[in-house]
Parts: sequence; structure tokens; C-alpha cells
Amino acid sequence: MFKRIEEDRRKPVEITVEGQRVTAREGDTVAAALLASGLDVRRRTAVSGAPRLPYCMMGVCFDCLVTIDGVGNRQGCLVPVREGMKIEIQKGRREIGR
Amino acid sequence: MTPARDEYDVAVIGAGPAGLAAAALTAKAGLSTLLLDENQGPGGQVWRAITTTPVQDKTLLGKDYWAGKELVEDLRKSGAEILQGATVWSLDRNLEIGISVGGGACLIKAKRVIIATGALERPFPIPGWTLPGVMTAGAAQTVLKSSGLLPEGRTVIAGQGPLLWLLSAQILRMGGKIDLVLDTTDKRNYRRALPHAAAFITSPYFLKGLAMMREVRRKTRVVSGVTSLVASGEGHVESLSFEAKGKKTTVPVDVLLLHQGVVPNVNLAMSAGVKHHWDDIQLCWAPELDGKAETSVPGVHIAGDGAGIGGALAAVARGRVVARAAIDALKPDAGASLPSAADLKTAVAKAEKGRLFLDLLFRPTKQFRIPSDDTIVCRCEEVTAQDIRDSVAVGATGPNQLKAYRRAGMGPCQGRLCGLTVTELMAEARSKTPEEIGYYRLRAPVKPIMLSELARLPKTDEATKAVVR
Amino acid sequence: MITRADAIIVGGGIHGCSTALHLCLRGLRPVLIEKDYAGRHASGVNAGGVRQLARHIAEIPLSIRSMDIWENIGDLLDDDCDFDNHGQVLVAENEEELDACRDRVAELNRHGFTHEELISAAELRRLVPAVAETCPGGIVSRRDGVANPARTTTAFRRKAGRLGATVREGVAATNIRQENGLWRVDAGGETFEAPILVNAAGAWAGRIAADLGEPVPMKAVAPMLMITSRVPDFIKPVVILRGRKLSFKQFRNGTVLIGGGHLGTPYPETNETVLDWAKLHESAETVFALFAVMRNATIVRAWAGIEARMEDDLPVVSRSSKHEGLYHQFGFSLHGFQLGPGTGAVMAEMITTGKTNTPINDLAIDRFTGRSAV
Repeated sequence: MFKRIEEDRRKPVEITVEGQRVTAREGDTVAAALLASGLDVRRRTAVSGAPRLPYCMMGVCFDCLVTIDGVGNRQGCLVPVREGMKIEIQKGRREIGR
Repeated sequence: MTPARDEYDVAVIGAGPAGLAAAALTAKAGLSTLLLDENQGPGGQVWRAITTTPVQDKTLLGKDYWAGKELVEDLRKSGAEILQGATVWSLDRNLEIGISVGGGACLIKAKRVIIATGALERPFPIPGWTLPGVMTAGAAQTVLKSSGLLPEGRTVIAGQGPLLWLLSAQILRMGGKIDLVLDTTDKRNYRRALPHAAAFITSPYFLKGLAMMREVRRKTRVVSGVTSLVASGEGHVESLSFEAKGKKTTVPVDVLLLHQGVVPNVNLAMSAGVKHHWDDIQLCWAPELDGKAETSVPGVHIAGDGAGIGGALAAVARGRVVARAAIDALKPDAGASLPSAADLKTAVAKAEKGRLFLDLLFRPTKQFRIPSDDTIVCRCEEVTAQDIRDSVAVGATGPNQLKAYRRAGMGPCQGRLCGLTVTELMAEARSKTPEEIGYYRLRAPVKPIMLSELARLPKTDEATKAVVR
Repeated sequence: MITRADAIIVGGGIHGCSTALHLCLRGLRPVLIEKDYAGRHASGVNAGGVRQLARHIAEIPLSIRSMDIWENIGDLLDDDCDFDNHGQVLVAENEEELDACRDRVAELNRHGFTHEELISAAELRRLVPAVAETCPGGIVSRRDGVANPARTTTAFRRKAGRLGATVREGVAATNIRQENGLWRVDAGGETFEAPILVNAAGAWAGRIAADLGEPVPMKAVAPMLMITSRVPDFIKPVVILRGRKLSFKQFRNGTVLIGGGHLGTPYPETNETVLDWAKLHESAETVFALFAVMRNATIVRAWAGIEARMEDDLPVVSRSSKHEGLYHQFGFSLHGFQLGPGTGAVMAEMITTGKTNTPINDLAIDRFTGRSAV
């Protein structure tokens, strides 16, 4: 859905999304990195299972909810990427207690 | 990563234009000041990622963006304690503030609280607005500023208001492609706004705005007078149907960016018990404030767009007025070396010049505020306009009663994306005013916190003492 | 102009609405006056527990009568109220608490009550697999369950309205007086009169009772609750603890409610409450310790409702000790929701027949006023 501008000189940061390696940049939020990854990163809602992607990118809509390093329901648009971060896409109600 | 102390003279919530200006001034006056902000860096939404943006060519994001740099530098020199990545999830009448930062939570107190949580984009509930690929224009601008991302594929921007044109101009300047801009501004609004044009023409926004619109029209196709929008697709937005001057058109689309202005972000203030009223021009809730921007909760002030939409320049000026009020209350001697309250208020009036013209011109039309049929209103709980009308028919009288019928507003966003729609929709269905219908009763935590964070909440001094005794 | 009714009920909580409905079922035409809207306070925002478990013996008969109504709530209200009866479980966290459970069940049995059963660690684990393994057992009340409080209270109000009750919301009942043997009450621009007056005004009932010459030791309190986002189903029964303040339940929609009676600060004059996060922290600590699976759940909302708590933690359900035609139904002290359906039925029975077979003598107002009922 999104592509990176060429003049971006920020340092690469490696993360995994559903086990696949994705190169993000330092300063990206998780949600931005997902949108730029080219992967299918649609979550499924907890109510009907409808597919969603981030909508507001400023912390208000909660459509970017994602599991980060095993902790679910994080707002991907507020969390910066870190080297080695493991991202899982939430399909429906988030499992607890893993 | 936690606040250095348990109690501050002033806590400022939000590091956008208002918060930056306010915190810098109170800190310079010698008041212990804590600035709390949810993002990774200062700037709020207008100056998003100003210290880290990969878009370094200054002409691309424009002068108004880079103007924020000075305020950030001012703040850093001021001595204020700055906590980024800090989510404020609670504020109450005792001026106790619940903060979540770096996976841990804590409670602090302040003698004065300045809420500078700004604005959010007005809900734009058209059919298909929950489809992947549909985002707000603000969202696209956020990733553009903070990560240098440009929309890819067939891109349509629809709606109205200054941000729509600014975003279009920025994307085009950066080599991005926009297939179509759909302007939903109601033609009749021009007539309503015209009597107030004189003030706007002399405001700093006028010439810049005109130039930007010309720039966009030169580079991409613009359709004005759009009266309906319907997005559709299976699992992702695929097409957009729109109507303009009675003519229906359908275009293929991969990215649809929506925007119809911004409204105050009221959640924290309302949950603290701050009284709000319905603003019938800006079509939103606005806090009741006195001359020092103090709310109905003593000691809590609101600055910036959260006090009613005024834009970035007004936010800076309002932030200083509020800071001055806090200084006068807590350390009156320090006020002598600062600009006078009167001068600061004059600056606000100057910055707000022309606002009424913009408000009237970009007042969104009813069909884009109050949807019909099966259009989703509450995105979290997936409640449609028809569901709400049905609930009204069987006895739901207001947003809080509606919760019992349909759970609208009870999801994680706490009504941020449906609250205004629900109020206006129920008002229409019950032939009442929005003021009579009211709003969701908002509750802390205004942002979700993890049970583990609450379980590990550090004991307050008082609690520790109680145990020791 | 004065509007005549068969009864005036002050207070649109579950109790006032239930009494209104049951009076309608007995052929009366009551008027119900609510200063905010039905279910605005404790009745609409409580934990939704439908519980006979762990009640004071004085209110068990009323609770059992209520339970019979709950089990057919859909037939009564044309709304299932999200009622589920997967039982309620009282968890003992150690052997000492389990001994107390054993004594409790034995005492109930001596009184002829059999709804509470002592359970072993194995049965506890079967009913509540997510509970910490160190818990040695507890008590189960298998007919108990949970309902949606706002939906239930609203359903009572709607059904009462459909059966002929006049409902006035958003107007306070003022100037309550007895004239020529009739109760008269002003509500907004209207005045109602009736031979019967029911004081079901929750946290505001104490003042009405006092104004009518029957002061009671009651205070307004604000029990706090918090709820999580939707999580997969992992617990069926409602869980309460023997030793610590905690109640814990998962609704049908997946959200998990955490309560237990920690109090915030109520401001009844302005309908406001302020939460006490240090105490909510204690609730979270307890859940953290007992339900490891919940540690990463997100709390999406916390709140407190304003309600009445009596000095002895028992409600007032009786005729007035002073005035003919006056009935009291308040002071449910944080556990009135389950009692709502049954208490309304009992009140309607008392009002229309002059008596009830459900033993409620220990709940009479004369325990405070020292006179016997009129």
C-alpha cells in the first residue's frame, strides 16, 4: 500500500512478521513498517472477523492492534520497531496467556 | 523511563504546538514541569517526527512544518522534564495522573494540569470506510512525515478541509501519485462563509491555501461538489463510487484517503469530569473554559485544538496563555519577566483570525456525518447506523443507553471514531439537539492498560508509609 | 392538574422497574419516576452477578425466589438479558479458608438450604481450569450465573411500560407528601397521586426515608469495576474469593469483568464518581496471582456506580413503620442485582394482598426505627 521515498537515509532495522524477515527503518512505528512491508498484514476483528488495516495512525482508532513479542493488543502505530522484534497479526480475539 | 518525581507543579499532556509552548514557558518560569507525550518524539500531529523525519529536503514538507523546530529547541533548553512514549490513561479531579511508559505504569500528581491532547480527524462514516486500504488523510500524512512513505497504487483523496490540500501537495511534491481528488465541500458553504472572508484574507493561511490548491489542481484531477461516496471491495477496497452534479462515477482504487476536518480530542478531559458543550458551528464538543482556559475541574486547563479547533498557530498562542495562568497561580513573582497576559491574549486573537470563515466553508454536510442503512458507525463493535436507529425505535434515548442495546462505543477506541456520529444520529432520530442527546460517559483508563501494568503499579508514598506504620 | 395512579415508585433501578412490572402483572397502573434514566446508576453498571452464593441467611429466601424468576427471565421480559447460568464458585485460597467454607455449607444445611455445595480441589479445577493450582477447593452454587445489568434493567423498564406503567425519566421526584390519605409527588411540571408509594431510590433513598421520619444508617458508596477487551472463552462460572475482595467473570462477548467491592469516591449530588487506582491495583494484583492467563489482558475501562450501603449490609424491604401505604425497597449494599426480579414480585404481592409467603422479616425498616410496621 505504501512505498518508501528514496532519500530515506535512516538505519535499517530487522524485524519478523509472522516469521518472515522484514527490513524496517529506525524511527518507524510497527504499523508503518507493516504498511511498507508489502505483506498481507490485515488483522481480523474480535467481533466479526472482518479484515482491517490501520486507519488513523495516531493512536485513536485501534485498528492497528497487533501482537508484539508475544504481547497482544498493542497499538502498532505507537510502538517503534526494535531490532529482532517479532510481530504476529491478530486473527480474531487475541489469545491470552501464551 | 519513569517520571523523576511523584509530584510536579505543572503536568502538560501532549507535546504538540500547545503543549510545547506551554511546557517551555512554565519550566522557564521555574515551575517543575513534566511534559508527557504518547509519541516517540515531540511535535504532535502537525510537527510529527520533526526531530527524526527522513524527509530532509525542507521544501517538501514546507515552512509551516519546519517552524516547529524552534519550539522543540526552546522546550529542550527550558528545563522541563520530557517523557516521550508515555500514555496518559487517567486524570481525575484530584489531579492524579495515571501514566503508562515503557511497559510500566505509575501515578503522579500535579498542582496544575494542562491538557494539550489536540485534535483527531472527524469520523467519516461512508459505506466501506472500514475496508483495508481506506485510511484517513492524516494517517497518510503521519507515515509520510515519520517514515517517508508514499501511497502506492491507484490513490484517491476525498473530503474537504485544509489538510486535504496540504497532504495532496506534499505527496505530489515528493514524487507520489494521486489519481483523483474528490472535494466534498458543499457549494452553499461558500455563500455562508463569504461574509467572514475579510478576516480570513488577512490571515496567514489565505495566500498559502490558495497557492496549495492551485499546485494540486495543476498536477492532478480534482472533482468538486461531490455529494456521495461509497467504497467497496472484497477484503480490500477495490472501487469507489461517487456522485457529483448528479452524475455517478465509479473508479478503481487501491488506497482511499478520507478527511473532513478535525475535532477536539475530548476523551481525557471528559473522563476527568470537565464539562463540555456542543459547538454547533464546528459540530463537535468543546470544553467550557474561563478566561484562563481553566475548566470546570479546578486546576485543569485545556490549550490547543482540544479547546476548540483553532490550528497550530492558535495552539501555540493558547499554550502560552495557559502557561501564564499556571505561573500566576503558582509563582506570581516569576511572571514579571514574561510577556503580559494581555499580550498573550492578543496573540491568540491574531492567530484565530479567519477561523470562522474556515469553519463555515468546511462545515461537513449532513450525509457525510449522519450515515444511513448498514454503514458501520462504531468500528470497534461493528454497529451500523440501522442498528442505532432500531435501538432508538425500541427505547434507547441517548449514547449511554445505547450501550445496553448495542455496545456502541464500548470497544477499545472508547467512542473516538463513533461518538460524534452517534450523538448526531440519535439527535436526528429523536428530533432533539445534540446538546440534549449528550455524549458517552467516558471512563478511565482512556487508553487500555495491561493488567500486569496495573498489578505492578508502584506503591505510592502514602501507601508505603501506611504499611511501615 | 394531578394525575391519579395506583402506585408511585420513586427510582428507576432494577428494583423500582421490577416492582413496576410486577404491579402491572397484578393489574395495577403504577407510575415510575427516575431522576436520570432507568439503570443510570448501580443497576445499570454493576457486575451483573446473578448470585445466591455467599449471601446472608436473612436474604436467602428472597434470593431463591428471585432465582426462579431469573431462570425464566426471557419469558417475563421478552429479552434474555444475556443471562447465562454456569454457576458461581467461591474459591478458598488455603486450607483455613476451606474449613470456613465447610462450616458455612454445614450451617446452610442446618437451615434447610442446599444451594451451596462444598467442592474439592479436583472439582474446582474442573469448573475453573484457569485458577491457580494452590487453591484447595471452595463452594459452588450451580444455578447461579451472570446477566447484562444495563440490558436487564432496561428490559424491566420497557416491559413495565408496555404493560401500562407510566415511566417518567429525567425528572426528579420532589415534594413527596401525604395528603387526604394519598401520596402526592411532583415530577417536573407534573403531580402524581396514589395510595401507594414505593421508595426504591437507591443511594438517594436514605434521604427520602429520613424526610418521611424514618432515618436509617445508610451511606452512598461507589464500588469499582474494570473490564478487559474481548478474549477467547476460558472461564464459564463466576468466581469470587473467600478471603480477598475479588469477583471475576467472563461475559458471552468475551470481555472479562473484574470487581469485588473495592470502593471509589461517590459524589451523589452530581452523579460523579472518582476511582481509586491504588485499590484497583490490588484487584489487578489478585487476578495476576490467581489467573496467570490474564496477565497480558488489557483493561479497557474502569468505573464505579453509586449505590446505597446499609450499616448491617442488609437491604430494607418492608412496609413503613410509620406511614400507611409507604413501602421501602432500598439499601441493597452491593448485592441487589440478583434480588431485583424477586423483590419486585414480593413487593407487588405485599402491596396487592397485604402479605407474602417469602420470609423477609429480618429486612424490615423497624430494625432501625424500633417500631413495628404499620
